[in-house]
Amino acid sequence: MTEKPFIDIRHAAKSYGTLEVLKDISLQVQKGQIVAIIGPSGSGKSTLLRAINDLDPLTKGEVWLEDMQVNKPLPPRQYERHINQMRQQIGMVFQHFNLFPHLTVRGNITLAPKMLKKLSDAEANALAERELAHVGMLDRIDYYPSQLSGGQKQRVAIARALAMEPKVMLFDEVTSALDPELVEEVNLAMKKLAEEHMTMIIVTHEMGFAQDVCDRVLFMDQGVVVEEGPPEVIFRTPKHERTKNFLRKHLQGNAQ
Amino acid sequence: MDFDLMLRVYPFFLKAALVTLELSVLTTALGLGCGALGAAARLSRSTVLRALGASYVSVFRGTPALIQIFILYFGGPQIGIQLDAFGAGVIGLGVNIGAYMTETIRGAIIAVDRGQTEAARTLGLSRSETMRKVILPQAARLMIRPLGVNINALIKGTALVAAISVVELTYTAQRYIGSTYKPFEMFFLAGVIYMVIIYVTGLGVNWLDRRARIT
Repeated sequence: MTEKPFIDIRHAAKSYGTLEVLKDISLQVQKGQIVAIIGPSGSGKSTLLRAINDLDPLTKGEVWLEDMQVNKPLPPRQYERHINQMRQQIGMVFQHFNLFPHLTVRGNITLAPKMLKKLSDAEANALAERELAHVGMLDRIDYYPSQLSGGQKQRVAIARALAMEPKVMLFDEVTSALDPELVEEVNLAMKKLAEEHMTMIIVTHEMGFAQDVCDRVLFMDQGVVVEEGPPEVIFRTPKHERTKNFLRKHLQGNAQ
Repeated sequence: MDFDLMLRVYPFFLKAALVTLELSVLTTALGLGCGALGAAARLSRSTVLRALGASYVSVFRGTPALIQIFILYFGGPQIGIQLDAFGAGVIGLGVNIGAYMTETIRGAIIAVDRGQTEAARTLGLSRSETMRKVILPQAARLMIRPLGVNINALIKGTALVAAISVVELTYTAQRYIGSTYKPFEMFFLAGVIYMVIIYVTGLGVNWLDRRARIT
């Protein structure tokens, strides 16, 4: 663990008025590591994830990606430029897909690379085809999002994020809005990424997936990391009462 | 009802309807311009611009359009604004409807799901790139129908400028009453022509809305 962390969250805190959503959280993620964040709703796990690309700015604390501070204090104009640069390196996938409904699958994927990396149409198309093939959606390249199932939309959203060639991918409950039979195809796409050693931080309710794919699991509750460790430890022999309670409820729920 | 008379005068009414149309088109253009600027101001990050936009809307929606037109046409010369009746009519109506269009356009923009902005910003697009490429194309579709409602109101509102003697449809009807003493027929005829204009405009709005719908 002497290796310099790839992502370094230092003393992250966030509050809305008197409500503390994150209380002094520090988290280091190594390159290629896959981290799951679990916990009850309202525990702050999504807020923490969304702080990494400054979608939900922290009240206090720092987020670093390699040797760059993501939430660097800068005057507004400079900050805007800085954060747009940083975000290009941090891919994110959302619970509700957030595909652009007025663009085709191709348009969704090529928009940012064409605008921000000044790719030509041909280059951007080749990129779209490559990333869609990656998630098994190449045959839908000219469809509109409304013509796709939830699982297909989510795979396109993953391809869209990958097209910016990010250094890390953030997943915010990406299968929570899906019908159960569509969850697997999205999980498979994510497993594939994991096998390619993408650095991933995954907020999830799917304990099975966390157990299979992740190197580390963090259990969060009430704005703090209660417990963390390798999945086999967290899931089999959790130390804290809160973790045990949470897992008991969750595993019961899943067993039905 | 004197149909004979109506048949004799209707060509003159149609000519006057062209003025009403011209007023409507120019007013729509000016209103859209004011609406776009107003919406940009209301959604701006600058407090000053936001306050300016809000004042524009509350002043022009909060007073009768007729008073606004009177102030401009009759009161204008006192403060050095000299406009002919037609010009005052277009500007008065256009700035007035622009206040309504400001709210229509702003409403359509904020109706686009927040997740769209988040997704675009996450990819690294700037605020303005996000607005141009992601939000506005979707908001444009959402605003077609409510803007159609604004334009409908505006077409009928052009009748107000009869009060500053712009020779449009309503003014023409009044003039013909002076010589025929048949107010029912004359206003009825004018009413029918307004309805046709409104109906055709409505068809246009429907067509645009269908065409713009996301597949």
